Amino acid sequence: MFLDGLSPERRGTLRRMDHELTLRVVGAEHRLSVDSRTSLLDALRQRLGNTSPKKGCDHGQCGSCTVLVDGVRVLACLTLAVTRDGSEVVTADGLSAGPPGSGGDHPLHRAFVDEDAFQCGYCTPGQVCSAVGMLDEFARGRPSVVTGDLGAAPELDDAEIAERMSGNLCRCGAYPGIRAAVARVGREREGTR
Amino acid sequence: MRPFDYQAPADAGTAVAAVAARPDAAFLGGGTNLVDHLRLGVAEPGLLVDVTGLLPTGISDDGGGLRIGAGVANADLAADSRVRRHYPVLARALLSGASGQLRNMATTGGNPLQRTRCLYFQDVTTPCNKRSPGSGCAAIGGATRQHAILGASEHCIATHPSDMAVALSALDAQVEVLGPDGERTLAFGELHRLPGDAPERDTVLEHGELITAIVLPPLPVAARSDYRKVRDRASYAFALVSVAAALEVTECRITDSRVAFGGVAHTPWRARRAERVLRGATPSDEAFHAAAAAELADARPQDGVDGGNAFKIPLLTRTLAGTLRDLARQEA
Ligand SMILES: Cc1cc2nc3c(=O)[nH]c(=O)nc-3n(C[C@H](O)[C@H](O)[C@H](O)COP(=O)(O)OP(=O)(O)OC[C@H]3O[C@@H](n4cnc5c(N)ncnc54)[C@H](O)[C@@H]3O)c2cc1C
Ligand code: SF4
Ligand code: FES
Ligand code: FES
Repeated sequence: MFLDGLSPERRGTLRRMDHELTLRVVGAEHRLSVDSRTSLLDALRQRLGNTSPKKGCDHGQCGSCTVLVDGVRVLACLTLAVTRDGSEVVTADGLSAGPPGSGGDHPLHRAFVDEDAFQCGYCTPGQVCSAVGMLDEFARGRPSVVTGDLGAAPELDDAEIAERMSGNLCRCGAYPGIRAAVARVGREREGTR
Repeated sequence: MRPFDYQAPADAGTAVAAVAARPDAAFLGGGTNLVDHLRLGVAEPGLLVDVTGLLPTGISDDGGGLRIGAGVANADLAADSRVRRHYPVLARALLSGASGQLRNMATTGGNPLQRTRCLYFQDVTTPCNKRSPGSGCAAIGGATRQHAILGASEHCIATHPSDMAVALSALDAQVEVLGPDGERTLAFGELHRLPGDAPERDTVLEHGELITAIVLPPLPVAARSDYRKVRDRASYAFALVSVAAALEVTECRITDSRVAFGGVAHTPWRARRAERVLRGATPSDEAFHAAAAAELADARPQDGVDGGNAFKIPLLTRTLAGTLRDLARQEA
């Protein structure tokens, strides 16, 4: 798609650096050929038309491009697409109550709406993916820098949520709502464990 | 961005040979620093050799210490129960760096090799001896808040940005390297170099040398250790100053210690003078301040359009004293 507007010579030089890869994005398999320079973020947005992850800074400084790759939250802007051949990518729009892509609101979607956790919404898909990854890290007992006792299981209090979500900036300053939404889903999880 | 080839070889020997064969080749770890530099035009390699699939990703017991594969993610290292128990300073240093997403991506081998966050280094429109040797240093006389107070040269006053590296320096870690001529092991404290007249070289590694593992020695003093980082915001920011410290107190005397500073030099700064002052002293604010004064005796703050960085001397002194005070209390 993005090669289409280019002259044949230019396409030739780009093709030289092209790589074939397979990505499973929200349950659907895609085979695509990308220039080695293409970030995972641009591959998702420009090539696969998945505009759920957002480009805020393109330098790892804002978190709006956060996606889950093989279940782990990462920044799509600092990930070269070629390095993720064969990976499973989940974007915020594909999160659902059941398996990715199965439809129905994910509990975090619901909580973000109920807790007023956004204003313009630009950072929201990154926040939601980050929260899913973070709650999973928390459930596995991973510490953060504000965890008092590194030997004990952490408690999901406000300070822990703020620290663990600090990689996602919100220019609208919806932080209190974001923390509340994450806390709510975190508590629900703990209740069912 | 300059076009580049990409390879993901299956083993370390092939990766080393591939990089060694091309002067414009580079290893790609988690990419959190290198991909940013590609986009900024700070790095323009013609070939990237992805090593994430071939480097060891395990942490194994090693003669009472730990051998950490260079492919271990920063987040996985910080979460390891042995690191949390025996080397808390390392867990805390890792957890104080970057963000959850970045720590999931960043690797043990790539973290110590991340390059300075000097704003001029990252801005290709300004002179910088590190990025473009011989072009000058825009930081000297510019904004110097982030810059060095120890070991700088007239050619470069940059600081090393890694938190993890400050802890590894305090812990007497070893670095295992595979190069075109075979394997070698070096002390972590010898990995980074002061800028001198060649600031373009951050480390002593030769082109094509790949970090394959970092080894932590058995170090009982590290069981009581901590990392304290002071920055412009509470999280997701680089250190203005930081302290990695370990303390052993026996019968009201300091019998052993490890101290290293971050944010003040071109290298993680092992504070051996401070350690000498602490040895045998009674833990007290007086002793802690004396230790800081000994280490900072040669500090040279920079003037700057932003007010300069002389603030780092009292800030680091208080940060060291506070860290040691809390560690001494933990002992009791
Ligand atoms: C917004 C932001 C905030 C950050 N905040 C912090 C912070 O507060 N504290 C902190 O410490 N860090 C911080 N970081 C930096 C981050 O920790 C580093 O970028 C990361 O640790 C680098 O590891 P990597 O595996 O991604 O390296 P890469 O980016 O892949 O590589 C870095 C360099 O090392 C080389 N390399 C990689 N692996 C090897 C190897 N095994 N052997 C030889 N050479 C190798 C590469 O060629 C490259 O030159 C931040 C980064 C960002 C983007
Ligand atoms: S301090 Fe070093 S990295 Fe920064 S501009 Fe000067 S030479 Fe470049
Ligand atoms: S767009 Fe990736 S962190 Fe900002
Ligand atoms: S809701 Fe607008 S940036 Fe977060």
